Amino acid sequence: MTILPSRTKALALAATLLLTACGGGGASTTPTVAPGPTSVASTGPTTPVPPSGNVTLTGAGATFPALLYQVWIEKFATAYSNVQIDYQAIGSGGGIKAITQQTVDFGASDAAMKDSEIAALPAGTKILHVPTALGAVVVTYNVKGADGAALDGLQLDGDNIANIFLGHIKTWNDPAIAANNADIAAKLPATPILVVHRSDGSGTTNAFTTYLDTISTEWHASVGAGKEVKWPVGNGAPGNDGVSAGVKQTDGAVGYVELEYASISGLKSAKVKNAAGKFVAGSVDGVTAAADAIVDKFPADFRQAPIINGAGDTTYPIAAYTYILAYVDQTDATKGQTLVAFLYWALTDGQAEEKAIGYAPLPAAIQAKALAELHQFTTGGTPIWPG
Amino acid sequence: MTAAGASLRPISGPRTPAPGDIARRIQRAGLGRRRGLADRGMRTLALVASLTALVPLGGVLAFVAIKGAAALNLDLLTKGPRALGIGGGALNAIVGTAQMVPLATVIALPVGILGAVYVAEFGGQRSAAVVRFAADVLVGVPSILIGIFVFTFLVLPFRQFNAFAGSVALAVIMVPVVLRTTEEALHLVPASLREASLALGVPVWRTVLSVTLRTGLPGILTGAMLAIARAMGETAPLLFTALGSRLVNVGNFGQPMDALPLFIYRNATQPNAVLNDQAWGAAFLLLLVVLAINVLVRGRSWGRRIG
Amino acid sequence: MTARSRPPRAGGRTSRLPDRVFRSGSGLFGASVVVILVVLGVQLAVNGDQALSTFGTGFLTGSTWDPVAGIYGALPYIVGTIAAALIAVTLAAPIGILTAIFLAELAPRRLALPLTFAVELLAAIPSVVYGLWGVFVLGPVLHSTVEAWIVDTLGWIPLFAGPTFGIGLFAAGIILAIMILPTIVSISRDVISAVPDSHREAMLALGATRWETVSRAVLPVARSGIAGAVILGLGRALGETMAVTMVIGNGEHIPTSIFSTAQTIASKIATTFNEAQVGLQTSALIALGLVLLVITLTLNVVARFLVWRAAGVSGGGRT
Repeated sequence: MTILPSRTKALALAATLLLTACGGGGASTTPTVAPGPTSVASTGPTTPVPPSGNVTLTGAGATFPALLYQVWIEKFATAYSNVQIDYQAIGSGGGIKAITQQTVDFGASDAAMKDSEIAALPAGTKILHVPTALGAVVVTYNVKGADGAALDGLQLDGDNIANIFLGHIKTWNDPAIAANNADIAAKLPATPILVVHRSDGSGTTNAFTTYLDTISTEWHASVGAGKEVKWPVGNGAPGNDGVSAGVKQTDGAVGYVELEYASISGLKSAKVKNAAGKFVAGSVDGVTAAADAIVDKFPADFRQAPIINGAGDTTYPIAAYTYILAYVDQTDATKGQTLVAFLYWALTDGQAEEKAIGYAPLPAAIQAKALAELHQFTTGGTPIWPG
Repeated sequence: MTAAGASLRPISGPRTPAPGDIARRIQRAGLGRRRGLADRGMRTLALVASLTALVPLGGVLAFVAIKGAAALNLDLLTKGPRALGIGGGALNAIVGTAQMVPLATVIALPVGILGAVYVAEFGGQRSAAVVRFAADVLVGVPSILIGIFVFTFLVLPFRQFNAFAGSVALAVIMVPVVLRTTEEALHLVPASLREASLALGVPVWRTVLSVTLRTGLPGILTGAMLAIARAMGETAPLLFTALGSRLVNVGNFGQPMDALPLFIYRNATQPNAVLNDQAWGAAFLLLLVVLAINVLVRGRSWGRRIG
Repeated sequence: MTARSRPPRAGGRTSRLPDRVFRSGSGLFGASVVVILVVLGVQLAVNGDQALSTFGTGFLTGSTWDPVAGIYGALPYIVGTIAAALIAVTLAAPIGILTAIFLAELAPRRLALPLTFAVELLAAIPSVVYGLWGVFVLGPVLHSTVEAWIVDTLGWIPLFAGPTFGIGLFAAGIILAIMILPTIVSISRDVISAVPDSHREAMLALGATRWETVSRAVLPVARSGIAGAVILGLGRALGETMAVTMVIGNGEHIPTSIFSTAQTIASKIATTFNEAQVGLQTSALIALGLVLLVITLTLNVVARFLVWRAAGVSGGGRT
């Protein structure tokens, strides 16, 4: 199928070599693409592939990575035409709820499950967080400047962002905003600011409010962080797509979305002041820098909080991992095998797709950990992909 | 009921002058300036109001026609949704509506028609009135509550959104419409036909099926088609039952399925211009079929009114 | 008026088994409508009970809906629902009643029939298509024209104060008005037509103008029926979901101006039901549905009674 870029190929090789070191057996260097009957419990670390016969997987959850997952699902279906994956982007909160209630085969969330949510899982079950990508939460806006042209090049520091979302700054030509934007201060119009936030339980909200909670004592005291918060002002819209659409259709609107949503909506995003004091635009590289800086502190249970105000000059201050959530013990062997195969593909071939779509690939160390994590999946007690 | 007002309209032909003419003559002969102005003013206002009522109709039809036709292409009709929208289409929605609505019809028609038969033929004053009242009330229940109702019984116990629940929800919406229109149609069947059949010794059930229903068939069909048109356009009851899906689902009613209204709702609220256009295209398709049914059905009864 | 025929009782024949089966069978189907209605109401009450008993009347009067803290107060949505519906009725009732009068009394037959047909077509357009049109056409047009003008002239009244966004209560109200117009027009038209000619002829014989005939002889008789038509329209406006969800802007606070963004009960349920936490949150949403059901049912029953009475009084209009 695809010719792997050499970097990913090397990573895949490294990963499999790492795994053979503990398993002992023949190592394959490239993931095979031919669908074929594979017994569930195969000896040795062969690449996981879906079983033969038509399989449909259902997943639900975050809108944050939805654009990426749509591309992945299509490409995976091109490789394995017997597999259909239906991903419903209903928000991280919905994804956690769906997987808890076992109405889907896998969930997706950018906010790692809280202890209380894990406690609410059916007794005796365990969920694995499989990180798939990283994304940036950008502050996107749609403002017609005083000169009639669309406003561009806006810069905002943490205080301004907090005050906008707290409702203290009400118009675009507020002096506080002008203070951040010396070169375009004259173009700032008197238009009222309309805040657009998420109306559903959202990992994107979780990341954004964690940022606000960190940089603003008032936000920390009055609103706090979480997948859903009591927004002081503004309109709610469901999903990253809803917020983007809401911002796009109203002059003077501002919202927070994952980087790629701003791009495909044709919306501008503000440069945000990072911990180093530099105004940085949301970008894949800025997110990668943030992730690389804390790779060593990545938790063992994979539940990494949003990466806020990471160190580094080029680091973008609001970055988040996004996860696929699945039960360790898969009740349906066929679906379990398919799921592991898909996750494997996502963690190897899939990583190459990410940059083009506005998501950051996993740092090598995290990718290796995630691939290793896949060995934990079992069906009826037997590992699906022994390692 | 227009027969009542018809006698007031100026009719050409050998007749005594219509009351309106007399009144006008009297009025012109009498006081009238202010009253005449008030009369003409209010009549103009009423005309203007009627035309105002039509402006949104024109607006909606025009925009759907223009933007929808522009978005119509082979991809829209033959492909399912694609990542980021490009090259994708509404096949999942078209196929979904084409399956759920017929199933809903198969469920709703017998229930509605036989229920109407009971009300029209067998029911006593009391029970007939109760059923009729319940049907009228059910028509007015917000469709989203019907979605919750079906969700509780057909989705929650199985922890699975499914197209069957979607069809049932649509059927619940269709049943009262079919029931009431069938009942009206049955009441139009002359008693003499029934009496003749019964007098010939035909059992009641046979009379109903072969005589009454067959005679009332045009009216029943009208009601059925209007109910189908309504079911095609319903979104809210499907939100919690069939849920919608990006996959093209053919035949699997135990899984989520998409539908044209769901597709339109989803893609209208996307920030992606390509997907917005697909929403217009799907709206064009939906409106085309729904309006065609309505024009066909109402046009026939309208024609009967003139002729 | 069309004649209604009642089948003759077939006496001994109904004791035959096939007939009895047929009769019971069709009775079952007829009863199913009643059963569905009753079960629907009961289910909403049972599942909403958890929220209602937790908050009591505070559910209706509380203005905080906070799933994280577990506090559910429905007031913003109740206000939003009523506000949008009131805007709709304020716009649709005058236009609808005048249109009904025109179609029933004043228009020449050649014009009346196509116009009636066209108004009925408004009812056939699916709600989601209205929503689509509202988001991309009506919203932007309102924002740049009507709303700007209203705020300029009447903005000193808090009810009409800005800021305006195109979408919001006002846009939702206008779309609802368009959607309930056919209901008001067709029922009012029926009621007006049912007024006996004798009333009209008497007025005309006394030398009244056409308008005077309508306003002094026909309308007073049809008044309660027309009120019923408007209330039925109001009931429809309260329960309408999709078009409203798409243009009302999802504001979580009690709206203070007609240009505020808001939520209605239906739009709140539509947007949050699927991802609500099972337990109190789902129960709260179902309780919201129950509130909506009670309001629409009550209005529906009152309206039908008014229409039925008007029809009965004038001697035989349709219900």
